[in-house]
Formats: sequence, structure tokens, C-alpha cells
Amino acid sequence: MTDIAVAAPVVGRSLWGDAWARLKANRAAMFSLYYLAFIALISVFGPWFVPHQYTTIYADYVRTPPSFSAYPKIDMIEGALDEAIRRMRVDIKDWRQEGDRIFVTVRSSKPIDDRNIRYLDRSDTFDGTKIESKSPDGLEMVMSASIKQQYFLFGTDNTGRDLLSRTLMAGRISLAIGLLAGVVAVVIGVLYGATAGLAGGRVDEVMMRIVDVLYSLPFIFFVIMLVVFFGRNFVLMFLAVGAVLWLDMARIVRGQALSIRRQEYVQAAEAMGVGQRGILLRHVIPNLLGPVVIYMTLLVPQVIILESFLSFLGLGVQEPMTSWGVLISVGAQNIGSANWLLLFPAFFLVSTLFALNFVGDGLRDALDPRDR
Amino acid sequence: MLRYVFRRLLTAIPTLFVIVTMAFFLIRVAPGGPFNQERGLSPEIRANLEAQFGLNDPLWLQYVHYLGNLLRGNFGPSYNMPDFTVGELFKEGLPISIQLGASALILALLLGSVLGTVAALNQNKLADYSVIALATAGSTIPTFVIAPVIQLVFGLTWKLLPIGGWGDGALINKIGPVLTLALPQIAIVARLMRGSMIESLQSHHIRTARALGLSGWSVVVKHALRGAILPIVSFTGPAAAALLTGSIIVETIFSIPGIGRHFVVAALNRDYTLVMGTVVVIALFTIVFNLIVDVLYGVVDPRVRYD
Repeated sequence: MTDIAVAAPVVGRSLWGDAWARLKANRAAMFSLYYLAFIALISVFGPWFVPHQYTTIYADYVRTPPSFSAYPKIDMIEGALDEAIRRMRVDIKDWRQEGDRIFVTVRSSKPIDDRNIRYLDRSDTFDGTKIESKSPDGLEMVMSASIKQQYFLFGTDNTGRDLLSRTLMAGRISLAIGLLAGVVAVVIGVLYGATAGLAGGRVDEVMMRIVDVLYSLPFIFFVIMLVVFFGRNFVLMFLAVGAVLWLDMARIVRGQALSIRRQEYVQAAEAMGVGQRGILLRHVIPNLLGPVVIYMTLLVPQVIILESFLSFLGLGVQEPMTSWGVLISVGAQNIGSANWLLLFPAFFLVSTLFALNFVGDGLRDALDPRDR
Repeated sequence: MLRYVFRRLLTAIPTLFVIVTMAFFLIRVAPGGPFNQERGLSPEIRANLEAQFGLNDPLWLQYVHYLGNLLRGNFGPSYNMPDFTVGELFKEGLPISIQLGASALILALLLGSVLGTVAALNQNKLADYSVIALATAGSTIPTFVIAPVIQLVFGLTWKLLPIGGWGDGALINKIGPVLTLALPQIAIVARLMRGSMIESLQSHHIRTARALGLSGWSVVVKHALRGAILPIVSFTGPAAAALLTGSIIVETIFSIPGIGRHFVVAALNRDYTLVMGTVVVIALFTIVFNLIVDVLYGVVDPRVRYD
């Protein structure tokens, strides 16, 4: 291969090399590509680096607003302390804060059990509780505990789960579903469309009539029927959703296959005695790849929207697993009291959709020389 | 022309028949039934209920009954809302969905056409880029994000609009839902209009009109618009059918008592008659609007002939 390239006076660029060069010149598409890579990276690896599990419930931090500074805030310490002391069934005499430790004096009418200090440790606000001193009659005790510093950059949700880790986890699910269902739709669509287009004649007629009938059913009816059939097993369901979205792909591929077969270069190849297999591998498939790649980038956002839509209706991903649609649905129900529950997931979803669209447009411009 | 309409209506019958048949058997092969979900229903009561609604008959007999009732305009009783027939539910909800959908459609057609035309006339200038940006945003941001954001901004922060509810059709209650429904459509119409207007402005008859000294705006409105409007007309058919039959998302988020929200609930509860009714209504709207659009096509473009 190299010898030929060296020997040739002008090195031609392949379709893909050419497309890549054109894509690189498209700044919006390249930026979107980097952005998508970034979102994918933080969604896949982010949950391991966020100090909170996406399922951990912090009872002390229900609907905490997002903040760059550490929790607890000064006014929250007293509330958390009152709550923990109430559980000990003793009374607070007084408390003070020294650095990152608090010292609290409690008293009771009965002798205080030493094991009571675990109530402080159990709260999400305090840690490392120690008994400093105890009065001789056991009715009064001084304890100290360090304040557990926690960061909730995106705030927390209705049950006190960290929204940052949930948003990243949701990104993992939404992107994975988008790709999974997208690939399923493309595989079915390409196989079906290519078969119809290459077979031609009656087979083509019947196959495309089936597609027409499937088209005429209301789309949402179709999807809901699939939910009904496959239950709430979400992997199965999204395989099914992918299996619904192949209709467009099949039509596009069939049309392309038909038109490629009639091109002069295919006729020339036939005239030179190239077999069916050779024509398929050398001409039809490489020329189909362009539209398929373009359509796939447009399909992934469609699937993500569909997944979010189903999750929004409560039919998709189920708690405690999460997706952007689930989070947005919860956010939409709480806009009055906690708007960050809507804003963060919505930003992630919408920016990802934008990026996918720009990449799709960029690819179309790059791969379709007629549009230049 | 009348003959054309008549023939189109005739060919709609087999289409509708296929849709009804497929939907009927699809929902019936789904596991579960309308009276399975209700807990605490004793087997005897369930058997009685199923007998009363004829659910124990062989499937083909039920299908024949359903078709017969449908032909007489009877959608049957709703299984999960026993006080209502499906017809009554539609009579209540459909006008609401139609009002919202029609307002959104008209808004989208007017605003979208104006924006698209402005963009086409100022190609590659600031106005054009703004319209493209708006169109991209409108077609990318999903409705279930637009709706709560409208609630948040206009309802909660600026307190201009109510957060939800129908309010017996008060104008102020309609603004949020109509905006949400219209925004994606505005985006599509603007994009279509921009594309076809640019093409139309480059055509020979426009150049001739300009050369004859007609003023800029009269060329655009009288001549270019007519050629450019065709894609908008064909967009209107499916869009009208989808908008007028209600949106699940918008009706759920804004708590609007239209028919859009019935579909999902009915399908999950196996409320067979309500699901079927919704499918039939959506199919009817689609067929009728596609017909209207095809007739309109001939009005706008005299080259189209009905034969």
C-alpha cells in the first residue's frame, strides 16, 4: 500500500479522510465533539470520584441548595444537633463551637448511658464523637464531635441524595440507552432496508408495505404497547424502543441502495464482470455508510429524548436507578421549592442534545459533498 | 375536485380499518386486563364485571361487536372510569385539546413564517443567525424541559402566568401551554420557510418581477411567498393532527383536562375502549388533515391536478 502511495505523484484523499478534514474545519461540530467526549467521560468515570453514592440518603440534607462551600452551614448545625440530642432523650444545657469541633453539654433526670453518643455519629452532620467529661452523678455529660464537612455542588434532592452524583449516573444511563437503542435501530434498519433495496421487485414491495403499516400507527401507542409487553425491565425495553425507531433507517437505506445500484459505476463494475458480492462489498456498503452515520447521530438524540419522555411519564428507568428524564420529571414537580432539581439535569440533557445535533449537522456537511 | 375528495375519503376507510384492527389485537394480546390492577376485587366480582362488558366472549366476537358499535359512532364505556363513556370523555376533553392545539398551530404558522421570511431576506446577517439559533433551540429542547422552565420563569419568578390549571379556559391559563406547544413548531416552520424562501427568491419569476421594478416587499409577499409556502402546507397536515389531539406532556405538566393525558393512563390500565377510541381519533384527525392539506396544495399550486 505504502509503495503505491509513494509511487503516485498525487496522494488522493479517501472519502473518510476528506470528510474528517472538512469536519475538523467546522468549529461548532468540533467543539460539540469535545463537549460530548467530556460529558461521556464525566458520566462514566465521574460517579467514582464524587464522594457521595448516588443512592446514599442524607437525612440531614433534604433539598439542600447547591453551594460551592461546604455543608453544614452555621445555622444548620444547631438544627442537626437538636435532632440528634432529641433522639438521645436528654436535654441540651449549652453548646459551643471551637474550630471544626462542637462541645455540647447535656443533662437528664436519669443517669446518661455512654452509648448515647452514637446518636451524634449517626447524624450526617457529626463525626468522631467523644465523651469529654461526666458529672459524678451521671446526670450531666459533656461530649465533643467533629463537624463532617460535605460538599453538595448541585444540592440534594427530596430524599437528601446528592444531585451531582445522581446527574452523572443519569448521564451514564441516558447515554448508554441512546447508544444501545440507536445501534439496535441502525442494525435492524440497515439489514431490512438493504435487503428490500437489493432484492427489489415483489419482495421490496411487500417489505415496504409492512413499514408503511407500522408507520400509520400512532408512534406513542406503539411505544406504550412495548412498555406493556416488556414490563419495566429497561434493557429489554430499550432494545424494543430501538426496534421501533428502525423504520426511518430502513426507508433511507432502501432508497440509497436502490439509487446506488443504478449508478453508472455499478453498471460499469457489472460490465467488467464483478460479481454481486463484490458490488455489495466494494460499492453498495461503502456508499451506504455516509447516510447511516449521519442518521445514527440524529437517532441518538431522538432515543435520549424518547427515554427521557418515557421516564418522565414514569414508564422508563425506575428508582433508585436514574436517568436525565427521571431527574427532570422530579425537578418539574418541585420547581416551586427546589428549582435546582430541574435546572441541573435539564442543562445536561439539553446541552448534550445540542452537541449531538451540531455533530450530526457537521457530519452531514462533511460526508455529503453535494451540500457544500 | 369533489370527486377527488370523495375518492380520498373512500381510500381512507381501509386504512382506518387496518389501524383499528391492528390496535385492537395488539392491546388485547398484551398481558393483563382492565380489572386486574384493582386490588381487593374478589374473583366473583371480577368475573361479573368481565361478563358485563363481554370480555369473556371469544376475541373475534368482541372485535365484531366493537366494529359494529364504532360504525354507529359508539366508542363504548370506559372500563376504568365507570361513570363515563369514552364518547363523554372525548366530548369533555377534545374541545380543550383542540383549542390549545389550534392556537399553538396558528401561532406557529404565523410567527414561524414571518421569522423564516425575515431570515431568508437577511441571509447570513444577524437576523438570519438569530432565527437559526432560535430554530435550533426550539427543535432541540424537549417539551418536558420547556414546560417546567416556562412555569419557573413566568409563573414563579415573574408571577405573570398561573403555574397550571385550565381555569375554565381563561386566556391567561392558555398562554403557558400554547407557548410550550408552539415553540418546537415555530422552529420547524421558520426553518422550512427560510429554506424554501431562499430558493423561491432565486427563481426566475422573482428576478423578472424585480427587473420590472416592483418594490421589494410586494415581490416577497405577492410572488415569492406563494412559491415558498408549499413545504409549510405539507407540514401543517401531520402537525395539526398531532397538536389538536392533545399532548401528554403539556397536559400533565400544566394540569389541563384535555384528551392527551388519557392515552398513557388508559394503555397502562388496559382500558381497552379508551385506548382504541384515542387511536381512532388520532387516526381520523391524521387522515382528515392530510386530505385538507392535499386539497390546499392544489389551491396554492395550480400545477397540482386532481386526477
